[in-house]
Amino acid sequence: MSLETFSAPRSGAKSRTNFEMLSWLFMRISGVVLVFLVLGHLLIMNILDGGVQRINFGFVAGRWASPFWQIWDLLQLWLAIIHGTNGLRTIIADYAPQKPGRQVRFWLQTVLMISAVFVLFAGTLVIFTFDPTIG
Amino acid sequence: MASGTLYRGREGMWSWVAHRITGVAVYLFLLVHVLDTALVRVDPNLYDTVIASYKTPIVNLLEVGLVAAVLYHALNGIRIILVDFWSKGPRYQRAMLWVVMAIWLVLMVPGAFFMLRHTVEKMLGA
Repeated sequence: MSLETFSAPRSGAKSRTNFEMLSWLFMRISGVVLVFLVLGHLLIMNILDGGVQRINFGFVAGRWASPFWQIWDLLQLWLAIIHGTNGLRTIIADYAPQKPGRQVRFWLQTVLMISAVFVLFAGTLVIFTFDPTIG
Repeated sequence: MASGTLYRGREGMWSWVAHRITGVAVYLFLLVHVLDTALVRVDPNLYDTVIASYKTPIVNLLEVGLVAAVLYHALNGIRIILVDFWSKGPRYQRAMLWVVMAIWLVLMVPGAFFMLRHTVEKMLGA
């Protein structure tokens, strides 16, 4: 059996624009950074030192007292949301039908973008305005 | 696989299918997770109540699934980058998937053990 090799990408004309090339590059660069940020996050939050059982408000307050974890979480939030939203955008573009008058794809993309912006805004606001003395 | 389709089957296609499924699953959790964490800005007691649900046996099991999905997506993502940027990547894509699966298994076994230990101990009354 001979080894198979890949032919040139067969996706359509859409992927030839500069935006799609930058999107492709962003997925790989953000992906590498997220491997460290997210696996580190999961290791600390779920596995080390009792994992999820020890997490409560005080635990979060203790972590966000340090700029290191604030920056970690902020970078992780932005990269993960943009990486994930871009992935979902691609998947919707691949599978959602584009029927005249139905606009399924348009509405799915719109709901995706609104959700992403809302969650990004909420998460960023919480990291920047966190108050350990609340309540 | 029918000829003329984009879907070629075997390791190349199925790893891609799994990459998409794990990606969507992790993304949906991420949206929920940012919002539940945002409760630290609203009320500490409310946050603690919601986080308590993360400590129940069933959700604890779902967390193992989440970590499994993220770990696969991360390792296969590195494989994709190597396929794209390493000159020998395309030739070794199949072998690299087996490396991905091996590393995934080696990390998941102790990972699942530590994640579920508390839940299992509590259920056994230890």
